[in-house]
Amino acid sequence: MLIQLVLSSIAIGAIYALVAMGFTLLWQAAHTVNFAQGDFVTVSAVLMFILIGAGVPFVWALLATVAIAGALLGYVVKAGIIQPLIRRSQTTLIVATIALSFLASNAVATFWSSQCKAFPPVFGMMPYHIGSVALSRQHVWTIAIAIALILAINLFIQRTKPGKAMQAVAQNREAAKVLGINISRVTTMVFVINAVLVAFAAALIAPVYMVRFDMGAQLGLKAFYAAAIGGFNQIRGALLGGFLVGIIETFSSAYLSTEYREMFVLLVLIAVILIRKEGLLGTEER
Amino acid sequence: MNKQAKRNWTWSRILRWAVFLALILMVPAIFGGNQYHMYVATLVCVYIIVIMGLNLTLGYAGQISLGHAAFMGIGAYTVALMTLHGHSFWLALPLGAVIAFIAGLILGIPSLRVKHHYLALVTLGFGTVVYLLMTNEHEFTGGFSGLPGIPRPNFFGLSLHSATSFYLMVVGFLILATIIMLWILNSRWGRAFKAIRENDVRAEMVGVSLLAYKLLAFAIGAAYAAIGGGLLAPLMHFIDPTSFPVQESFWFLIMLIIGGSGRFEGPFIGVIAVMLLPEFLRGAQQLFFVIFASLTLALVIFWPTGLAGLIDLFFRRVLKRNAPQLTK
Repeated sequence: MLIQLVLSSIAIGAIYALVAMGFTLLWQAAHTVNFAQGDFVTVSAVLMFILIGAGVPFVWALLATVAIAGALLGYVVKAGIIQPLIRRSQTTLIVATIALSFLASNAVATFWSSQCKAFPPVFGMMPYHIGSVALSRQHVWTIAIAIALILAINLFIQRTKPGKAMQAVAQNREAAKVLGINISRVTTMVFVINAVLVAFAAALIAPVYMVRFDMGAQLGLKAFYAAAIGGFNQIRGALLGGFLVGIIETFSSAYLSTEYREMFVLLVLIAVILIRKEGLLGTEER
Repeated sequence: MNKQAKRNWTWSRILRWAVFLALILMVPAIFGGNQYHMYVATLVCVYIIVIMGLNLTLGYAGQISLGHAAFMGIGAYTVALMTLHGHSFWLALPLGAVIAFIAGLILGIPSLRVKHHYLALVTLGFGTVVYLLMTNEHEFTGGFSGLPGIPRPNFFGLSLHSATSFYLMVVGFLILATIIMLWILNSRWGRAFKAIRENDVRAEMVGVSLLAYKLLAFAIGAAYAAIGGGLLAPLMHFIDPTSFPVQESFWFLIMLIIGGSGRFEGPFIGVIAVMLLPEFLRGAQQLFFVIFASLTLALVIFWPTGLAGLIDLFFRRVLKRNAPQLTK
């Protein structure tokens, strides 16, 4: 029982970590808090559901969704909504992403379906057996894919030139501009990377949740809490926060109270903000 | 009133307000026979009060609040619980406002430590906590089954139970709320709020106490929401948590932005447009959400003063075109 709980908490935490990592990337590059993050997950999950329903094999459906999400939720959102507002106040950006969240979820409900649909169990139903312990296939694959993705993004940021440009913009916008980095292009790249992360998160969460127009709302909030707990301006922080939220949530609903499991996450969040407002691993912002 | 305020009150604007006031007072004469129409008209007035509060917090003081629906819920549950236990509505309503005001003060404190996105986070968390309490404290709030049978009040022996008399009472509150808001905005406070929104570092340098004014902006906005909630409970005779989830606070923002954030007419125009349009053009509610969300995005990007700004522009154009003819 305990091993399954640990595994499932890490699996859900890994998904939160992916989505929260997107939050921190957007924050670093564009000082944007994306309240539509959860709805990006919904849109990706619905796309994938439609493709799989049309007979496309899961892997191809996932790749196609990643491409479409990168273009629509990454490039189009950045160029159409964020770019015109980036010089205005943060509050304006928050309001805009909230409107975008409403637009995305209600467009899905209006033009696709407002019903709950079951996503096919793409990772298989039979659990893995290690000795006497049965491990859920879904959980094992979720953790493996999420960790692979996290490593890939980290390698990209640390080893490649565009990745280094991202770091430079995050550290000091003005200096990066002086050095000839095209800030707008870097920001676009970050939005596309975020959309890709979100599309993968959708593939991992959809078989667990049902596909529904509002499936992303909770996920988006949890990832936001995770980013804040871990530290909004550090990728490491988002990862730590994501896993922490997954663990707190799973264990508090198993041992304490299902109704109030969100409250326990919030209590931790409040404690973190009061003690160290930049988050556990975050750094002071100018 | 100072000079700036006087300049803002052109005759055309005063005339528009007079026409609006006449219209809302004529509602019972036109729709009095129809319970549903009176209900919708009352609901519009209630939400205008709520969004006025948000306009003070966000539009004038520039502080984002994603917990506004929770403040409204505090007002609604205070009135519901007290009147159901036999206490007077006239005691319960101010009490709800005071509780929300204090909650706003407490919630406002983190807004001094942290800025923008953390403020969004803290208010969001608050909204979630209040919603969780409403849904899970069954013996107190009735959980999802809500609280039925909330009575409508009497006013010095005058019964306000009928749809029309209750509507007129809510209109009375709306007028009162409008006058108080006008007074706040033209007082020292109002100018301080605007200074904070424009540039809080500069505002502090010229001697505006950020701490006190940010707190006030938050708390007064919260009290307005609670008054709206306290009027909603007897209007519907029934409340449950589904009226006050976190998404509702997002919806409030959308109403305000469509109307015109930081414009005095904003809440009026926004609530009327967003609540009445779907009533006239029957259709799937979610389609209207899509339309209003798109409209909000378009306004935020291209026309930040919202419909209020557009209407202003329209009147200015029309008046300018007519002006030479009028003087002849």
